[in-house]
Amino acid sequence: MQSIAAVLAEHPFMKGLTPRQLEVVAACGEKVHFKPGQFLCRDEEEVLRFYLVYQGRVAVEIFSHRRGAVTIRTLVEGEELGWLWFDKPYHWHLDARAVELTRTVALDVNCLRQACEADHDLGYEILKRYGHSLAVRFRILKLQLVDMYGG
Amino acid sequence: MVSEQPEVGSRAVVAAEDLQRLLDILKDRGYTVVGPAVRDGDLVLEELDGAGDLPRGLKDEAAPGAYRLTPGEEGRFFGIRVGQESWKKFFLPPTLDIMEARREAGGWRLVLPGQAPPRFACVGVRACDLAAIGVQDRTLRHGLHPDADYAARREGAFLVAVHCTDPGRTCFCASMGTGPQAVGGFDLALTELRQGGRQVFLVEVGSAAGAEVLAALPHQAADGSVVEEAAALIARAAADMGRTLETSGLKDFFYANYQNPHWEQVAGRCLSCGNCALVCPTCFCHSFEDVPDLSGDAVVRRRRQDVCFTLDHSYLHGGSIRVSPLSRYRQWLTHKLAAWQDQFGCSGCVGCGRCIAWCPVGIDLTREVAALRESDAETSPNP
Amino acid sequence: MTGQGHASAVVPVGEPMLPRIFRVVKRVRETADTFTFNLVPADGGQELAFQPGQFNMLTAFGAGEVPISISGDPARPETLVHTIRAVGSVTKVLCRAAKGDQIGVRGPYGTPWPVEQAKEQDVVIITGGLGLAPLRPAIYHVLGHRADYGNFELIYGARTPADIIFWRELERWRGRFDTRVHLTVDSAASDWRTNVGVVTHLIPRARFDPENTTALVCGPGVMMRFTVQELRNRGLPLERIFVSLERNMKCGLGLCGHCQLGPVFVCKDGPVFPYSRVRDWFEKREI
Repeated sequence: MQSIAAVLAEHPFMKGLTPRQLEVVAACGEKVHFKPGQFLCRDEEEVLRFYLVYQGRVAVEIFSHRRGAVTIRTLVEGEELGWLWFDKPYHWHLDARAVELTRTVALDVNCLRQACEADHDLGYEILKRYGHSLAVRFRILKLQLVDMYGG
Repeated sequence: MVSEQPEVGSRAVVAAEDLQRLLDILKDRGYTVVGPAVRDGDLVLEELDGAGDLPRGLKDEAAPGAYRLTPGEEGRFFGIRVGQESWKKFFLPPTLDIMEARREAGGWRLVLPGQAPPRFACVGVRACDLAAIGVQDRTLRHGLHPDADYAARREGAFLVAVHCTDPGRTCFCASMGTGPQAVGGFDLALTELRQGGRQVFLVEVGSAAGAEVLAALPHQAADGSVVEEAAALIARAAADMGRTLETSGLKDFFYANYQNPHWEQVAGRCLSCGNCALVCPTCFCHSFEDVPDLSGDAVVRRRRQDVCFTLDHSYLHGGSIRVSPLSRYRQWLTHKLAAWQDQFGCSGCVGCGRCIAWCPVGIDLTREVAALRESDAETSPNP
Repeated sequence: MTGQGHASAVVPVGEPMLPRIFRVVKRVRETADTFTFNLVPADGGQELAFQPGQFNMLTAFGAGEVPISISGDPARPETLVHTIRAVGSVTKVLCRAAKGDQIGVRGPYGTPWPVEQAKEQDVVIITGGLGLAPLRPAIYHVLGHRADYGNFELIYGARTPADIIFWRELERWRGRFDTRVHLTVDSAASDWRTNVGVVTHLIPRARFDPENTTALVCGPGVMMRFTVQELRNRGLPLERIFVSLERNMKCGLGLCGHCQLGPVFVCKDGPVFPYSRVRDWFEKREI
């Protein structure tokens, strides 16, 4: 069975961290699995965990009374959920539901934040990846907003 | 009097009074003779009953946003330059029914127009307009798909060109290399001048058809002095243009200047009325409409003249691509002076100056090009 | 290289504006506003041979004429297939056509997808919405000559699951061992089990060698622009990214002047272009 650090080493978000840094991050985490239909997080809950998906599929949903639960994004292996944990107000603004059997490494966000404060080199590496993740999401969101198929 | 068949390229002198004979000969040969005439105080191109319909003794004055007929040299047939109409009126008529679809028991049946188009003899085609006909030929006659009706009209046409000896104030054919001398594509070309106190035409033969017509006209050999004088008049005209347009590097200039700040200046004045495109002798845009009768069982497909200044011109999926008037003026000018070269191997502008006179706000493209170049020079980063 | 294909004997040569009459033999509803029509000649003339990527001018008698890409199999020209979305006055009438109704057809016109040049290369097709229709003939061609090509990836995006066209064929293609199909929608209800996200996000997952790949792209303008950027990020040169463009067309012959984009006429210099050729004008606004 793979150690958490080994799983992290292969995940695109953590790839490139030194073995020592991986151990520090792994110490904040545990493997958590979700059955189809189970929620990884729910709207308005406090953000306690940052999920790195390494198998399966997660539907990120926003609920509106008119349309019901609308899936705005799906995440698969190699992607992450909860990029907002780095920034206040530390509350989820959406639901995330496993569509298939999903395996993740769940990292405790307080632990991770403290580790970043204690070691700025690690902090910088995490922030770089966080910035990249934001940029990718922004590009996707912009295209979704434009509704390019409309009309 | 010389009467055997003249050669192509040869010259002869014809008396002004014999212009009527020329029109008669052309009519006898089955041509519909068309040329400049005056209607309601304006210069038009229409069918000529005789030489008497020509605007003899008249001249015209053109300026930005203005055009009028004025008294000119007495007896002179072609003192006028160009009016709002151009020869595309006959070769690419503003409306044309190209087919009819009739619903019958078994389905739709297509009916072609029965008549062949007229054969036009165009009398008084200025050098710029002759060049414009050649420019339109590249688009409509020599492209991947020739326009059948245009090609038939051109095939059957006889062109009597006129070399310019007195250019107008909005003319710049010399800059565009299209005049004042008419070059190529004519059957006959005339230079109107006075020789020994009489009004004559120095006639140049441009084709076998032209040679045949000249052979039937009373004419005399052209001596050296009249040829020289004609050449001198044309050379003087070339140096006396009303305007100039600097054409070097124009294509690359326009391609690099879509964001030139000067476009805003023009856009502030342009009404998007499309007059410039309507009067331009090379503009060829047209559209098609299916026009059903009240029963819906007979539908005429009609071709009609169009201009790129309408919102409809670039309409696609519920919106237009060129929404702002700026983009539409820019499209017209960039196409005319730049893209045309890549498309057809020549400029789309022949320097006739019509767009300057018929723009209601007097936009002068020679000035706009100069302003664009200045603006570009000011804002270009240092190398 | 294009011209009118086989000139039908029943339309006089030299009358390129006259349509042939075809008859609807089948009508399939793809989505709420998109339909696929199977047509056969009703004038006793030949079948319409075409190359993938070409289009016809279709006449709805009484309403007018519009350019519509051919969406059928070029190896089976006995049936002419068109997929039409009812967005304007003419397409709305066309989409009401029933079995037995007659439609005017002029064509085929335009430049084709570079299926010959793409031989021995990986082929990546990226399309969105109705853009899958002009690409379907190219897909048929690649699958019909599968050994001529390397990896074959199809990336298709739509606004919502209800906007996906050719659903059954997409499933069939995805089932092949020699083809990878990536499907995504911009948003979906919670019963949707595949991807939600934009088409461009799937490009990093496609398997192709950028040194040896031809990409075929068709879809809304925004989608094509962002797609080209992602492909460039993967190292694909602009000469091997082909796009199919659209403009207002009245004649399809390069005569009416409406379809110009800078110096090119989309009807005869396109609609398929290597991106390098149109980039300077496509990326500017209101051109």
